[in-house]
Amino acid sequence: MSYLTYHAKYVPAGPRKLFYLNWPVILLLTAVAGFGFLMLYSVAGGSAQPWMEPQMKRFALGMAAMFVVAMVPIWFWRNMAALAYLVSLVLLIATEFVGETGMGAQRWIDLGIVRLQPSELMKIGLVMFLAAYYDWLPVNKASHPFWVMVPLFFIGMPTLLTLAQPDLGTAILLVAGGGTVMFLAGVHWLYFATVIAAGIGTVMAVIESRGTPWQLLKDYQYRRIDTFLDPANDPLGAGYHITQAKIALGSGGWTGRGFMQGTQSRLNFLPEKHTDFIFTTLAEEFGFVGAFALLMLYAGIIFFCVASALTNRDRFSALLTHGVAMTLFLYFAVNMGMVMGLAPVVGVPLPLVSWGGSSMLVLLLAFGLVQSAHVHKPR
Amino acid sequence: MRRPPRDTEASARRIGRRAFVVGGAQTAIVAALGWRMQSMQVEHADEFRLLAEENRVNIRLIPPARGNIFDVNGVPLAVNEQNYRIVMVREDAGDVHATLAKLRELVDLDDETIEHAKEELERRSPFVPVTIADRVSWEDISRVTVNAPALPGVVADVGMSRYYPRGADTAHVVGYVGPVSDYDLDQIEDPDPLLQIPKFQIGKTGVEAKLEESLRGKAGTRRIEVNAVGRVMRELDRIEGEAGADIQLTIDSRLQAYVEARLAGESASVVVMDTETGDLKAIASAPSFDPNLFVRGISVDAWTGLNEDIYRPLASKTVQGVYPPGSTFKMMTALAALEAGVIDAEETVYCPGFTEVAGTRFHCWRSGGHGNINLHESLKQSCDCYYYDLAQRAGIDAIAAMARRFGLGERHDVPMSAVNAGNIPDKEWKRTVRGEEWRIGDSINASIGQGYVLTSPLQLAVMASRLATGRTVSPRLVHTVDGIETPTGRGESMGVNENFLRRIRASMYDVVNHQRGTAYRSRIVADGMKMAGKTGTSQVRRITAEERARGVISNADLPWERRDHGLWVNYAPYENPRFAVAVVVEHGSGGGAASPIGRDVTLQALYEGEPPLDAYPSSERASAEAMQERIRAYVPAGAPAADRA
Repeated sequence: MSYLTYHAKYVPAGPRKLFYLNWPVILLLTAVAGFGFLMLYSVAGGSAQPWMEPQMKRFALGMAAMFVVAMVPIWFWRNMAALAYLVSLVLLIATEFVGETGMGAQRWIDLGIVRLQPSELMKIGLVMFLAAYYDWLPVNKASHPFWVMVPLFFIGMPTLLTLAQPDLGTAILLVAGGGTVMFLAGVHWLYFATVIAAGIGTVMAVIESRGTPWQLLKDYQYRRIDTFLDPANDPLGAGYHITQAKIALGSGGWTGRGFMQGTQSRLNFLPEKHTDFIFTTLAEEFGFVGAFALLMLYAGIIFFCVASALTNRDRFSALLTHGVAMTLFLYFAVNMGMVMGLAPVVGVPLPLVSWGGSSMLVLLLAFGLVQSAHVHKPR
Repeated sequence: MRRPPRDTEASARRIGRRAFVVGGAQTAIVAALGWRMQSMQVEHADEFRLLAEENRVNIRLIPPARGNIFDVNGVPLAVNEQNYRIVMVREDAGDVHATLAKLRELVDLDDETIEHAKEELERRSPFVPVTIADRVSWEDISRVTVNAPALPGVVADVGMSRYYPRGADTAHVVGYVGPVSDYDLDQIEDPDPLLQIPKFQIGKTGVEAKLEESLRGKAGTRRIEVNAVGRVMRELDRIEGEAGADIQLTIDSRLQAYVEARLAGESASVVVMDTETGDLKAIASAPSFDPNLFVRGISVDAWTGLNEDIYRPLASKTVQGVYPPGSTFKMMTALAALEAGVIDAEETVYCPGFTEVAGTRFHCWRSGGHGNINLHESLKQSCDCYYYDLAQRAGIDAIAAMARRFGLGERHDVPMSAVNAGNIPDKEWKRTVRGEEWRIGDSINASIGQGYVLTSPLQLAVMASRLATGRTVSPRLVHTVDGIETPTGRGESMGVNENFLRRIRASMYDVVNHQRGTAYRSRIVADGMKMAGKTGTSQVRRITAEERARGVISNADLPWERRDHGLWVNYAPYENPRFAVAVVVEHGSGGGAASPIGRDVTLQALYEGEPPLDAYPSSERASAEAMQERIRAYVPAGAPAADRA
């Protein structure tokens, strides 16, 4: 039924869909992942193990999944949105009880075949759900207080759960990603002004509450804020990571120290050099040229996604594509800002480059949805 | 299905407008990120590059090999000895406790050592080698090496440590090394970075300390790359240092060993000087100590023992010890008077056994007096009254001036610790230092080397050399530095009338070789080897008028520390002087204790080894033979017995 509303005669079918894929995005994603493979090879000291090879396999798997998702009509995915959100939420709640602890936070859940980070899944689940919600909601009701409270509730639940893990980075990404979809869907701008004002108020409260019995954040989170504000203050303690990251980045210079020649990374001065801080190794070894190139690749992906969304007259497709693009943007912007000392250290991976299964698979699935929206756009 | 097409168009436009806002924000953020990259990687790249280099590059010093010290014949006096250590690296050891237990089965290690090692291993990073045992014997090291497969992480290591093969013989001359102390660092204005190395060894006393700069050498540097936890990854480059310069002393270690042996049992010192070059052939102080104890870290007991010994083994008595020269000073008084022209050599002075000046009686050592006595006899018999008379005629300033020309009261330039200038008093000195006027009694005392006069054995040897040659012979202890010879101490003519000197020498000849000379017993009878000398006795206590009336207490009845010092100076052979010798026997009860030592040492130097017995007068041969016998069996502390064969 709904098939007709999409002007079915213009929608490609069968293998012809392949020609309608958003190929620039696929090429850019592969290029970004290629950077990741190089860096994982480098930080392993010139070895495919233990990181590059599994990462490549996962990328291949993710790409395959992306193609499969892309072939399935976008209205099917719209109908699946609520289910995707529900599954993500259940897994997120399950993590609370049976999750595995790593690096001070309970983030992983073991599903037998794969160790999953449900908070990653939730980033896409939330975007899908909100896009479907605003697709369903008549446009003129978007700013009605009740219909604003509903999505806030659906954003709030997973956010609180991730904060409880605790994983501040993901929580920020969920709020920002969800908020962006709401904003694009046409919710009145005064709501956002209010939220931003409230946000500033919260930040003030957080800072003020420090040291009192009702302290809002954990001590380590406060220390990270201190470190962000003045890394030199504690160069061998909490500020060590950020100081070393900045040294690595800056010492790269114009063209870098050469592939596998980065002293900061090779001599272990860099923390988490295969995960959250992988960008510093890249910047050290490939210099400004390499770092800027990666930034442009990401920007290119965003650009092609936004271009696709703007030409898509289907509301769900457009919101979903914008939302996924925003999620990717938030990932790399927060990560790069973090390692360059522009944002606090919150533990966000560099998308498609950092070592890590959940985030790569989930992102590629999300781009599968973007591709499906692109292929099945009403023409 | 639920959406009419018009809605789609309208909402798409709205999304487009909102997306423009979002896209603008994203562009701004991307621009900020790009700007930040440019700022860090292009503008401030140099600063960060420098920080990265500081992170990874460490500069380590390579300590240079310390210069060796040899005697005049090339016999090693101070060398660098290989020192074996057992070292353990925790990360290679696996089970530290099990490995240490196995190590204990092979090498005898006490509980304290093991506990200390365990603590260190826990405290240090796993890759840092920790020394388990230092100064391990070759046998133990061999056992560890052979069993290496059973002892993971245990390594035999070789270091360098200072060793003094001649032990106590040369302790006061060569000195010893020890780890740098904070006090040492304060003393030096521009500290060598080497001194910052923990436990770096520097010279503490003697030649080791005085020629530290030559001996130390220059540090090499090693630039190494380290990782975040300090593990050394690789060596970037290495600049070799310069080994310290070898130093050859003028000391003849055989003669030095002989002197130490000859002085055994006494608190005494001997200086043997080459009259031609000023070379110090032996400069020995007894008793001595083993300098190797100090290098290894001396125990509290041993240190207390050395420090509290009344014979003061740690003191370098040849240069540090100053004594009233007694009658050995009479040559100075005589020469001053002769040069001043206030007395003729043949003129006699009457000695009734005392001289009364300004109401005080000054006694001659022979209470009965010498009667009428001239210069020659006065020296030979060591008459005191004669010199009391000369002192009044010549005046103290002329005597002091003459003494200084002969090197008394002078801080001679020898690289030994605590070189003492002694004291040659004159009117000016007493006024400025004591704040009193010079009195005639002071001159009387000074004329026979008592009162305020203080000289060191080294100064007496210099005086004897200058008497023998008439030249300003100066002592020289360092023969070569790094193969380059130092200038000799031959010196120019002193400008003292040769006739006067000849008379003095003739008198000194008779002191030993004339039957009525004070050292006749210590003469040498071998042809061409005969010596000229002078005895001296210096009082360390005042003899009161009351005691003199009762009869002076004999030295033998006094406690050791109140007995007179025995002094002796000589040179030989008389006709063609080669060596000057000075001997001081602390509380030796007078010159009689010192002159036989002077004779034995002189013979040893002249014959370059053990002299034939017929060089001794027949009455002395039995005791000389017994002495030779005793010395052959003597082994000083710290020297391996085999070296002495």
